[in-house]
Amino acid sequence: MTDNKNKKKRSAERRGIAIRLGGYVIRQWTLFIPALIFTLLSNQLSLLGPRYSGAAIDAIEAAGGVNFPEVWKNVIIMIICYALSALLSYLLAVVMIHLSQRIIYRMRKELFEKLNTLPVGYFDKNATGDIISHLSYDVDTINSTLSHDLVQVMTSIYTVIGSLIFMWQISKPMILIFVFTVPVSILFTKFRSTKVRPLFRLRSKRYGELNGYAEEMLSGARSIQAYGRQEVICGRFNKRNDAAMDACYNADYNAALLYPTINLINNISISLVAVFGGILYMYSQSGTVAAGSIFFISLGGVAQFVQYSRKFAGPINEFSNILHEFQSAISAAERVFRVLDEEPEPEDDPNPVEFNVVKGNIDFENITFGYVPEKTIIKNVTINVKSGQTIAIVGPTGAGKTTVINLLMRFYDPQSGEIRMDSLPALKIKRSDLRKAYTMVLQDTWLFHGTIYENIVYGREDATPEQVYEAAKSAKIHNFIESLPDGYDTVITDDGVNISKGQRQLITIARAMLSDAPMLILDEATSNVDSRTELQIQDAMNCLMKNRTCFVIAHRLSTIQNADTILVVRDGAVTEQGNHDELIKLGGFYSTLYNSQFK
Amino acid sequence: MKHILAYLKKYRFRMAVGFLIKTIGTLAELVLPFILTHILENVIVTLKINKVISYGILMVAFSIIACVGNIVANRMAARVSTDFSRALRKDLFSKTLYLSARETDRFTIPSLESRITTDTYNVHNFVNMIQRMGVRAPILLIGGIGITLFMDKILALVMIATLPIIFITVYSVSKKGVPLYIGVQKSVDSMVRVVREDTQGIRVIKALSKNEYENRRYDKVNRELSKKERHAGVIMSTVNPIMTLLMNLGIAGVVAVAAFQVANGKSSAATVIAFMQYFTLISMAMMSLSRMFVMYTKCAASANRIFEVINNPDDFYITEKSEAVTDDSHFVFDNVSFSYLGKKDNLKNLSLTVKKGESLGVIGATGSGKTTFLKLLLRFYDTDSGEIRINGQKLSSYSREELTSMFGVCLQNDFIYADTIKENICFGREITDEDIIKAAKIAQADDFITSFEGGYDYMLSSKGTNISGGQRQRILIARAIAARPEILILDDSSSALDYKTDAALRLALSKELSNSTVITIAQRVSSVKSCDNILVLENGEVIGYGKHEDLLINCPEYKEISDSQMGGVLVD
Repeated sequence: MTDNKNKKKRSAERRGIAIRLGGYVIRQWTLFIPALIFTLLSNQLSLLGPRYSGAAIDAIEAAGGVNFPEVWKNVIIMIICYALSALLSYLLAVVMIHLSQRIIYRMRKELFEKLNTLPVGYFDKNATGDIISHLSYDVDTINSTLSHDLVQVMTSIYTVIGSLIFMWQISKPMILIFVFTVPVSILFTKFRSTKVRPLFRLRSKRYGELNGYAEEMLSGARSIQAYGRQEVICGRFNKRNDAAMDACYNADYNAALLYPTINLINNISISLVAVFGGILYMYSQSGTVAAGSIFFISLGGVAQFVQYSRKFAGPINEFSNILHEFQSAISAAERVFRVLDEEPEPEDDPNPVEFNVVKGNIDFENITFGYVPEKTIIKNVTINVKSGQTIAIVGPTGAGKTTVINLLMRFYDPQSGEIRMDSLPALKIKRSDLRKAYTMVLQDTWLFHGTIYENIVYGREDATPEQVYEAAKSAKIHNFIESLPDGYDTVITDDGVNISKGQRQLITIARAMLSDAPMLILDEATSNVDSRTELQIQDAMNCLMKNRTCFVIAHRLSTIQNADTILVVRDGAVTEQGNHDELIKLGGFYSTLYNSQFK
Repeated sequence: MKHILAYLKKYRFRMAVGFLIKTIGTLAELVLPFILTHILENVIVTLKINKVISYGILMVAFSIIACVGNIVANRMAARVSTDFSRALRKDLFSKTLYLSARETDRFTIPSLESRITTDTYNVHNFVNMIQRMGVRAPILLIGGIGITLFMDKILALVMIATLPIIFITVYSVSKKGVPLYIGVQKSVDSMVRVVREDTQGIRVIKALSKNEYENRRYDKVNRELSKKERHAGVIMSTVNPIMTLLMNLGIAGVVAVAAFQVANGKSSAATVIAFMQYFTLISMAMMSLSRMFVMYTKCAASANRIFEVINNPDDFYITEKSEAVTDDSHFVFDNVSFSYLGKKDNLKNLSLTVKKGESLGVIGATGSGKTTFLKLLLRFYDTDSGEIRINGQKLSSYSREELTSMFGVCLQNDFIYADTIKENICFGREITDEDIIKAAKIAQADDFITSFEGGYDYMLSSKGTNISGGQRQRILIARAIAARPEILILDDSSSALDYKTDAALRLALSKELSNSTVITIAQRVSSVKSCDNILVLENGEVIGYGKHEDLLINCPEYKEISDSQMGGVLVD
């Protein structure tokens, strides 16, 4: 029962995907309709060609010798027809390329913009390479079907209907043959498709996994080399390569049955047409079938019927061939749509509160949170932070320090409790407004492929060059940048031979310095910077922290010691809360940690 | 393209059998219209039902042969093309992993990635298609030309005269097409780059509310890619209309010439009619060839990019081993200089000797050349001048395997991949569970690992996003020491550890790995102060070398670093 239901649901989903894909085409109707018109005209013209060549031959055959003027006339008309037809088919191709490119462009755009709305958790769960694979392999697959097969299907429908009408006019009984064979073709196609579909779905999935693995390993190429692990990693890559290729072969292997079989059914119907046509003709000749009866047929009628049935069968063959490609396009589209249908970050409150002039008071009220509901990371935490205060978060690794920051930035929302910003519930504030109130420097420096200047100005697009240089100077990176051959125009590369990790971090600090956000998050902001440079940028850091509410995760004592409040986070709870002196007096975890350095 | 043929050579037997079967199937299919014509013209008029039926059966028989032949041949084609692209992708990926740092920088990771994925996929598609469609068209073409030549030489020559023009057109469009598709693939690289960067930096992007900016940045590459694909597509789509037009002009020419021939009594109208029918077949074959040709162009562009990597000369060379200098030195830097970009020396005249079992600390400002020092020792790059020796032998005399088996490395840009903790420590080497646990204990990682659900079998996510920075570092240290390397390199690998854990780690290392030479690169004086020698670098030059106590006196910069860290570091 449930199996049946699932099957039904699946096929409904399938149809949904095809319809949705069709929607993309329909939306481009301004190109699609001209494409259809060009197709019909160009086909019509190329059919006219033979008629004039026939007329020319008739003129050659004319009684009383070759009628040259007539031959020339027809030859010239023929040339004009063909030239027009060629022109139209070129225009058609151009229109189709524009059409499919618009659709593909739009699809990629939607996909990417969707990705940007997804919660950060999505990126933790899905391999980068797999995400890339949606935008490259999947979209490409859809593209090749759209640009090649769409028009072909359209012309085919035209031909099928046209031939059917002619056949109907010639002999109604003989159409009965197709009443049997066409449903057989359709049923067979349906039957095969249900078998082949999951294979194509698997193929797309395996390609995605393969790409994911390739991406992951390429990112770690230096470490793999340092350990000489190339062969082992290649071995593992090959396992995934094998899995992808096996899935690919399996899909192709099973799909290979369809086209020739449909072709066979069609050839059998044509054979039947010839045989029954022949028999009917014989009865017509012998008088068993009277002239005027629907069974009556002439020799010319048989010949014409055969010709039209061949015309009729051609597109049906094509359909089954295209269906093969269509299957992979549907599987790819399914993957694309699945991303488009991912749950985005929950909607902002429809009536967001005004959040412009930020003072920087933050309250955590009984916050409980876990990334998965079963595993609570933070239990019943209450913190009250006043504007301009510095909060240091201290605790063993994995105790939930970064989680506090995820909650502050609303990368995640708590399961229970309330966070308030300037006494406004954070859930009522638009995420973009809320995040604009922060600037942050993280341990994992993130720079993109662009010039150093672009990377610094990223934090505030309207900053003047002077402000950018000033920020770089405060971050003690200006001199280094100036020493590079291209200065601020140096393009940052992936592995970054020209820029060390510490220098990258200084660039992100310069980026943060440009921002005028009232709140600051520093998550191991100087972990890659040597302590001498750190000391040199201390003034700038102090300046950065001045008048701002700061959340600091750090291990440098001086930073922690001067914080207004130190939060000790252990095992999902804030175990200690207070300033340095208070916590030392308390004699808990903090004082143990503090004292351990003097041992 | 010749490289692809070289790859396909392995499958030539299977391909030949496949082509043969396909040819049989295709011929069986091509016979069908002849039988049909025969039935209509000669059999029906005999008014014998049995005869009609037996010819019908003959048609069905040929249809079955065609069907079976096509199925078998297409399946064989699928096998060959998947085997082919499997082998190609395997070699490409393997080569990619062996590329030197310099070469990887040159190709860039997003580009290497799209070569492994979309380029290989393009080539795969072509190889598959050429086997499926590449038989029918040539048979029709050659057969058609043969028959027409047989029927009427002069008319056939008129038609054949168009062929050179067609080939010249196709050739010149192809010459234009390949670079266009290479351009398309380059745009794919840029698109992959943006997606890759954004998935990695999603937190920063969201924090700065840069969604719109990123959408625009992506839109730029997306637009560019669409534009290039469109341009290439439009150029390529001239082929088919031109080809068809030329063929049809040929037909017109044939009719015109036929008029004279018939007028002179050298040909008959019936011949011309038959001729026209074959001509239609030939032009259909040409159309199918033109579609293959478009795919060929795309494939050639991708093949270029793939073999650019595969045939990239290996810049890792091995020199002869010389008479070993036997002393107690473990490794030696002899007046080494190096520059990444060939403009400014990133390391200058570095000379240094480290004895077996000694420990060396390297300290210096950001960008002072610490990591460069290490990259040279690991031979990620070759020195510009000077020489590095390990155990008295030139660094360049060691094979890759010899070299890597000596080192245990914990690099700054840590690499954690989606697998269990155990596997991340083991890293595909033959290391017993016992040794893995021991290594984890030394790295101070055992406690937190066993606290996880599943312990050592706990699944890490890609880049280790489901554990903290300090935990990541300890797993990486465990990986570095698990095989008991001769030389252990820790590049800033305990920066996220708290003071206490760091101290415990140092103690365990000196106790358990007393035979190993340990190189510690760090920013904290506390991490290096117990080393036998400390190298102080600034702007690629040595400004101090010696013990902690001596450096405090001799090296003002070192003293400054040390003073700045007084009061130390508290917790992670």
